[in-house]
Amino acid sequence: MRPQGPGAPRGGSPADPQLASAHGATKRFGELLAVDQVDLQVAAGEVVGLIGANGSGKTTLIRMLLGLLAPTAGHVRLFGGPPSRRTRARLGYVPQSLGLYEDLTVAENLAFSTAAYGSHDPVLEGELAGVRDVLVRELPLGLRRRAAFAIALGHHPDLLVLDEPTSGVDPLQRARLWETIRASAERGAGVLVTTHHLGEAEQCDRLVVLASGRVVAAGSLAEVVGDTTAVEVRTPGWEAAFTALDAAGLPVSLVGRTLRVPGAEPGAVGRLLADAGVPADVATVPASFEETFVVLAA
Amino acid sequence: MSRPVWGCSGLAVRYGATVALEDVTFEVPAGTVAAVVGGDGAGKTTLLRALAGTVRSAAGSVRRPDERRLGYVSAGPGVWGDLTVDENLVFAGRAYGLGPDQLKRRVAGLLERTGLAWARDRLAGRLSGGERQKLAFAMAVAHEPDLLILDEPTTGVDPVSRAELWRLLAGAAAAGAAVVLSTTYLDEAERAATVLVLDRGRSLLAGTPDEVLAATPGLVVEAPARPEGIPSWRRGARWRAWSPGGSTPPGARPVAIDLEDAVIVAQLREDQRWAA
Repeated sequence: MRPQGPGAPRGGSPADPQLASAHGATKRFGELLAVDQVDLQVAAGEVVGLIGANGSGKTTLIRMLLGLLAPTAGHVRLFGGPPSRRTRARLGYVPQSLGLYEDLTVAENLAFSTAAYGSHDPVLEGELAGVRDVLVRELPLGLRRRAAFAIALGHHPDLLVLDEPTSGVDPLQRARLWETIRASAERGAGVLVTTHHLGEAEQCDRLVVLASGRVVAAGSLAEVVGDTTAVEVRTPGWEAAFTALDAAGLPVSLVGRTLRVPGAEPGAVGRLLADAGVPADVATVPASFEETFVVLAA
Repeated sequence: MSRPVWGCSGLAVRYGATVALEDVTFEVPAGTVAAVVGGDGAGKTTLLRALAGTVRSAAGSVRRPDERRLGYVSAGPGVWGDLTVDENLVFAGRAYGLGPDQLKRRVAGLLERTGLAWARDRLAGRLSGGERQKLAFAMAVAHEPDLLILDEPTTGVDPVSRAELWRLLAGAAAAGAAVVLSTTYLDEAERAATVLVLDRGRSLLAGTPDEVLAATPGLVVEAPARPEGIPSWRRGARWRAWSPGGSTPPGARPVAIDLEDAVIVAQLREDQRWAA
């Protein structure tokens, strides 16, 4: 067992403080370039969000970082060296499917995991303590997610990799799950979160946005959004305005009774509406993260 | 002529001794998109089924159009995986009684509208999650329903496909349909005209997103460390907390709340009520 005291080294090594990193990581499957020269770092104590659409290369990149796939070019490092069986013990991974045995109880799942990692039995706290002898299958999703977290954190991993960690749960449960994730980061673990849920992006310290296998933006939420704008359309008849802009092939969206067109040019939107005979006020506004993402992914 | 308003009033649904919904009132006006929000087990699916008329209510009333004027997309695949995209649409159109010419025009229009024309001969089981949801949407609107009900159409769907699905939903509302969907994503609910937040089968919050925010009592504050003595939760690297009396704790500052804060405050209040 590695020492787990407060003085224990948490970074990869003195020469490489990153827990996990990819340098020009590239993965080709035949004709398909799944991941294309990606750079990514996760340091101790930070929460990094990996954001991308389906097929953007998120899963392939994670599999390379975990050592489950070898890069075609470039390289990945885990705790300062190549990923290996040995580094697996310093990792906590919660897949979207949660990776629990549904026909075992919470306590049995925990015992299985601690035996595999050779770690001590972590204490099940709060509501989880009350369901330790309940079959995982019979738990509501929120508690199932918390059980998966408790089990993945049981061996005090230095790096946590979480795939869609709060999918399907209500806002209070989501906030409680993030409390656990943040507490791990504050104790010095690095956290890599992959998510579809763009509201989740604001929980991260840093974001890496993937599209078609490439990094198209990286940095804080404010840096990623940058000066991306949307055109906001206010009109008494949103239906006619929507129909006109949609027919012109613009990525128009409805928010309440207001329309928004990310990445568009206000003059062009105004002309289209005037041609359709729809009176409207058109203004340029900062884009939301979701709108920025749609513009970046296009 | 005023537009119809579908929905339910004082609705209760029981499965045996289990109370699935209790005293739920929700309006879905024609020409708007309404969202039902809640976590796993909150009662979203039961409510949508009750609106569709496939679950019997124990109390209260439901206003819905004739079943031939209703479109329903269930959670999950919702398409026939071993039929092609084209065959799925033809099947849906025939089930709604469209004639051959009308069917042909409608299928062509739907394929174009959903961007699935390239995949018309592909088996639906081989589509991505987002494409399958778009196909399920197309099948549900084949007969241009007055009320369109979709159960978690965007769960597990990536952000690009989610934006396209929302464009399709808004298009259906622009054409006059009443659209109601369930979702676990509050950022989606924030764009709906009206929102219903369910918690353990009860209505936690309801109204336009602005009304829901305005009705939140007390004050929500933000702080770099966990404020003492009041309920708190994480928001990124910082903390948020709810001050029921409206005072600002030391080191904290008041923030403009969003729907996520409003729902968390409502859930905290509900938990206090259940604990009492």
